[in-house]
Amino acid sequence: MQFIKSLKQYGIVGAFLLICLLLSLLTPQFFTLSNWTIIITQVSINALLAFGVTFVIITGGIDLSLGSMVAVAGVASAMVAHPDTYPVVVPIGVGLLCGLLIGGFNGLVITRSNIAPFIVTLGTMTIGRGLALILSKGRPVSNLSDAFNFIGGGAVGGVPFPIVILIVVFIVCHLILKKTVLGRYIYAIGGNENAAKAAGIEVNKVKMTVYMMCGLLAGLAGILLTSRITTGQPNAGAGFELYAIAAAIIGGTSTSGGTGTMTGTLIGALMIGVISNGLDLLNVSSYYQQIVMGSIIIGAVVLDSWQQRGSRR
Amino acid sequence: MFPNPDFILQVRGLSKSFSGVKALENVQLDVRRGEVHALMGENGAGKSTFMKILMGLLAPDAGEVWFEGERLTHTSVHAHLAKGIAMIHQEILAVPALTIAQNIFLGRETIHGFWRWLNDTDINQKAAQLLRQVGLSRSPQTPMKDLSVAEMQMVEIAKAISQQAKVIIMDEPTSAITDKEVTTLFGIIRELKNQGVAILYISHKMDEIEQIADRVTVLRDGHYVATEDAQSLTTNALIAMMVGREIATLYPPSERTKGEVVLSVENLSKAGKFENVNFEVHAGEVLGMAGLMGAGRTEVARALYGLDPADSGQIALYGQVTTIRSPKEAIRQGIGYVSEDRKGWGFVPMLSVKENLSLSSLRQFARNGWINTQTETENTEKMAHQLRIKAANMHQKVTFLSGGNQQKVVLGKVLLALPQVVILDEPTRGVDVGAKFEIYTLIRQLTQRGLAVIVISSELPEILGLCDRIVVLSKGKQTALLAQHEATQEKIMHYAVH
Repeated sequence: MQFIKSLKQYGIVGAFLLICLLLSLLTPQFFTLSNWTIIITQVSINALLAFGVTFVIITGGIDLSLGSMVAVAGVASAMVAHPDTYPVVVPIGVGLLCGLLIGGFNGLVITRSNIAPFIVTLGTMTIGRGLALILSKGRPVSNLSDAFNFIGGGAVGGVPFPIVILIVVFIVCHLILKKTVLGRYIYAIGGNENAAKAAGIEVNKVKMTVYMMCGLLAGLAGILLTSRITTGQPNAGAGFELYAIAAAIIGGTSTSGGTGTMTGTLIGALMIGVISNGLDLLNVSSYYQQIVMGSIIIGAVVLDSWQQRGSRR
Repeated sequence: MFPNPDFILQVRGLSKSFSGVKALENVQLDVRRGEVHALMGENGAGKSTFMKILMGLLAPDAGEVWFEGERLTHTSVHAHLAKGIAMIHQEILAVPALTIAQNIFLGRETIHGFWRWLNDTDINQKAAQLLRQVGLSRSPQTPMKDLSVAEMQMVEIAKAISQQAKVIIMDEPTSAITDKEVTTLFGIIRELKNQGVAILYISHKMDEIEQIADRVTVLRDGHYVATEDAQSLTTNALIAMMVGREIATLYPPSERTKGEVVLSVENLSKAGKFENVNFEVHAGEVLGMAGLMGAGRTEVARALYGLDPADSGQIALYGQVTTIRSPKEAIRQGIGYVSEDRKGWGFVPMLSVKENLSLSSLRQFARNGWINTQTETENTEKMAHQLRIKAANMHQKVTFLSGGNQQKVVLGKVLLALPQVVILDEPTRGVDVGAKFEIYTLIRQLTQRGLAVIVISSELPEILGLCDRIVVLSKGKQTALLAQHEATQEKIMHYAVH
């Protein structure tokens, strides 16, 4: 079983390396430090969202409101990030709080009502978009402070700041999942919710925490995006949830819950980033890129279901 | 002479391996027309693989299956069904939203006219006829989801009859139905026998084999052991054939060191489930809870464990009145519960042996939310060793263990949380004889350590063999509290059907 498990992990890594090799051969610009810096910086927002939704998917849930949370957090933080108003911690705090609150709302409704997470977060997706438009009165919020713009545009010792955030968040999420009681409970709930309950785990509390963590990371992603484009856009983030969920699934997280890793999700997010970057370099039209991306998502799920069938023997 | 026309189903030299592991080796079987042929063996003996080959789900690596003088070579459930081999599954496979009739004729609907309309009137009539035959007094238009497990089983049998099955394979058909329903089922089996239908009957329950089987074939570790007449076979001889050694007595003697009252329950009631349940359990004592299915035993256990708290009444631990609103509170106060539904409520299939064992006690092995892997590993390994859990290693996923070992993992999880009272709900259901004996021995060890144990069981010999005192429930009401020396199977049944 250990073998199949490692094969599954290496399968993703192998496919990823193969694609990188192929692109290096096809285009000389691909395997350069500057291009990789661009790829990882671009990937960082999707990766943050994907880490959050990985927690949720492992518990057997889903969060479709990621993109809207990005917009709300982005607009709200931009509104308090004008130069010479508040110190930079205020917009950061406001952005994170927005994500936390919307995530908490998702968690509350899901645990109290027994409505499927798919439906609840679909509702929140629309509510969130409305909130972002109301907050900004439908207009982009610009004129942001330099300190705030540093988050998405600055660099520490030559490393773009988004990459620093990505690495730190990845390590924290990975440790939470693998080394903490909470992480173990997340797997247990996704694997068999009733057994988890009978083992004395407070299932609702854990689910609540998970949706809040997901919201928090979406808030962070919203801040990052706003800072990068130096504007709070109420229409930003539309469709982001699909790429985040795709990253988790390509990375081996099962939509039926109970399995998944942050490393897998990180590779999934990088894979999506590398492919779109490579197709850009090869001058493939963005219309075709969408078809390629969709096919890869389906392929990853088919692969996953084959492996699951194989391991059930 | 082979194939022999006296036998409807003959199997010779059947072998099957899964990735190098032999599940069956050179297995044989002869089933006569109109006999009830029991197939017995411990979990892992190869019964389910054998069944899957017979029903056409798996292809054997070697060997022959002959049915009515014809060799079956085509691996297809459909083809085997068409020949007349049907299977009643342990877990009923039905479409809950469809009616009885629609389920029976699923895939064989009556259609008419150019537009191929469905003719429900016709299948309802046919289904009504079949239901009369199996003695199920339900309208064929009842949705499947409204039926009890026993009734669904009747429908499955009706379906097998409608397919003109000549051999019906029944995989532990009595594992989830009440004693009364078992009597009905046996009536149907005898009726089918008279019509010349052969039944291949798989069960763990010795007394059933005595009651219903004509002949018994025993498998052990994938090998054929013997085929014997059921009437001339004693229970002990049968167990010896299954485990390959004699188990002198299945129930180890009790040491009888009854201590103080650990748990007492007074007038415990829950609307529609049970009312006025009263008992106490002492340290070092095994209290049995007997009754038919649906008598409210599991509901009492779930109330004590905080899964479905009671409406009224008192629960006291060591004389202190307490309330238990969730499993977490129950565990903290020293109550452990092993559910009757192992797959549903017992373990997390995709987590490892280690992770399942520590699930209820993880906080003990953690500081500020961070798991101390070393303490966790040490403690779970000790428990796995103590319970003799057979797994490749501590990282093996529990879904790949046998039923007995899964049960031990669940038990170990409960024990690692250091309970003072352990409630075991059908602790040996679906567990083979060897593991049963180990679980009984373990229960004795627990009482010797001063734990109070409550055993809920539908197997009366188990209740009588293990328990110091026995509470009998009937339709949610407590009808008796018997001491071991005054309890007999007849007496318990008398109070259980009260």
